[in-house]
Amino acid sequence: MSEIDTSQLISKTTGRLTRPVVASRARQNEFARRTFFVFTLLPVFLILTVTVALLVRSWPILQAYSLSDLIFGDVWKPTNGQFGFWPFILGTFWVTAVGVILAVPPCLLTSIYLAEYAHSRTRSIAKPVLDLLAAIPPVVYGVWGLLAIVPFVDEVLAPLSDRWLGPISIFSVNQPTGFGILAAGIVLAVMIAPLIISVMYEIFSTVPNDLRHASLAVGATQWQTIRNIVLPQVAPGILAAVVLGASRALGETIAVLMVVGNIPQVPTSIFDSAYPLPALIANNYGEMMSIPLYDAALLSAALVLLVVILIFNILSILVIQRMRSRKWA
Amino acid sequence: MDTHIQVKNLNVYYGKQQALKDINIEIPKNQITVIMGPSGCGKTTLLKSLNRFLELTDGTRIEGEVLVDEQNIYAREVDVTEVRKVVGLLAQRPSPLPMSIYDNVVYGMNIHKLKKDRKEYKAAVRHYLEIAGLWDEVHKRMHDPATSLSIGQQQRLCLARGLAVEPEIILGDEPTSALDPISSQNIESRLIELKQQYTTVIVTHTLRQAKRLADYVIYMYLGEVIEAGPAKEVFSNPQHERTRAYLEGQI
Repeated sequence: MSEIDTSQLISKTTGRLTRPVVASRARQNEFARRTFFVFTLLPVFLILTVTVALLVRSWPILQAYSLSDLIFGDVWKPTNGQFGFWPFILGTFWVTAVGVILAVPPCLLTSIYLAEYAHSRTRSIAKPVLDLLAAIPPVVYGVWGLLAIVPFVDEVLAPLSDRWLGPISIFSVNQPTGFGILAAGIVLAVMIAPLIISVMYEIFSTVPNDLRHASLAVGATQWQTIRNIVLPQVAPGILAAVVLGASRALGETIAVLMVVGNIPQVPTSIFDSAYPLPALIANNYGEMMSIPLYDAALLSAALVLLVVILIFNILSILVIQRMRSRKWA
Repeated sequence: MDTHIQVKNLNVYYGKQQALKDINIEIPKNQITVIMGPSGCGKTTLLKSLNRFLELTDGTRIEGEVLVDEQNIYAREVDVTEVRKVVGLLAQRPSPLPMSIYDNVVYGMNIHKLKKDRKEYKAAVRHYLEIAGLWDEVHKRMHDPATSLSIGQQQRLCLARGLAVEPEIILGDEPTSALDPISSQNIESRLIELKQQYTTVIVTHTLRQAKRLADYVIYMYLGEVIEAGPAKEVFSNPQHERTRAYLEGQI
């Protein structure tokens, strides 16, 4: 029966197996392709729009002051017309660095344990708990920081550091309030840990089991297998996970501003108060707008934050690509 | 018959499902033993019970004993890495480690610190690559990535890597199933050459390969050993109805 159908079709369409239906299917396909393409372009478009908008709004201050005065100026007195971002930029970096340094080692160990050692039952309990940790709103972390971490830093860590590490300037206690970089770093570390762990875990599970088995089959221990085979394979991915965590930390606002002290100064110790860029913008935007150039200053602070995060991500992509190309296979 | 491996009352469960039922077999020393049977009959499970690879899967329960030289490899005091050093495995798909050809052969030796210095390692690498019949093809590019080799060469490299830790037993889990006919034949010839010094246990699903290689045959069906014996006897005069049916191509 099907043979008859085919022959009829061929005779109708002069030997070519085309039907009107086919044309409409092709149109649908083309429509779908274009629609999806537009939505794929949207993020690129958004980044451009945001950047351009911030640039336009901060234009007045960029004309009044030189870029290096703004970025490297370390006095922030808007009422006197002094807009130096340096304390805020450094504050952002200090808080992020402390957060990442505190978070990465335990995250790496946790993800190695979950991906390589843990029984599937342990994994099925630990993973949802970690996801839950990621779902806690930042403001709750902020309150936890206020109630638990700030006193802990003030009453336990600061005296300890003062006694044992006092002479080292980055550990010296100059402002004994508990509010500061260390408290913010601890809160940030806990906040970014679930993200870093789950990305690292995914990366570990991309390593084919064949490789692990090849190593185990010659009598390597699990740890030797992890160290010699798995870790070299995942190194670029580990870095990517760290960068992702750091990007999140760079932009984290509310939890940080609740515990960091918010004093615009150039920090010299992890016990100093600081004032990261996101906190500056969130605390002040919409207020005191009568001060000349204040609005433009805050928006150029946002621009600086955006550019810092973009540069950071681009650099890390480049590093990861280099590491990948050096790898075997 | 000089027995090298003895499996006693072995039962294996994956979760609630029983994969091996009360296995009792003896595997002769310095011969090629072929485990055959239809797919899903537990061939690979039995093979992997011999180097304790079963426990890599969560939820596996193993009961019974596997004696290698009369030592139960599942005994509490036994070090699993020592078991796997003595019982090497050639996997179904070649699995070169993501490093150079040279480093692949050195890998296991280095793990067990078998050699003292670079010179000894170099000599050993050459020795085992020659045994695996790969030296002539790769000696000029020892530091190329192992993945740049053809699949057949990769499998011979894996053989060299396995032999380099000085095992007594070689397990092969359908070691030629991913290879082209010429590479398969190459591996088969290696295994036949090596059987003087190594006890070899191969899983295969091709009857022809079983007939080419086997000195001793184990026929399995649905998790049970139906028949085991010297290849000549089993192939020419199978005692069990199911074995006969398999050999005649009915299963």
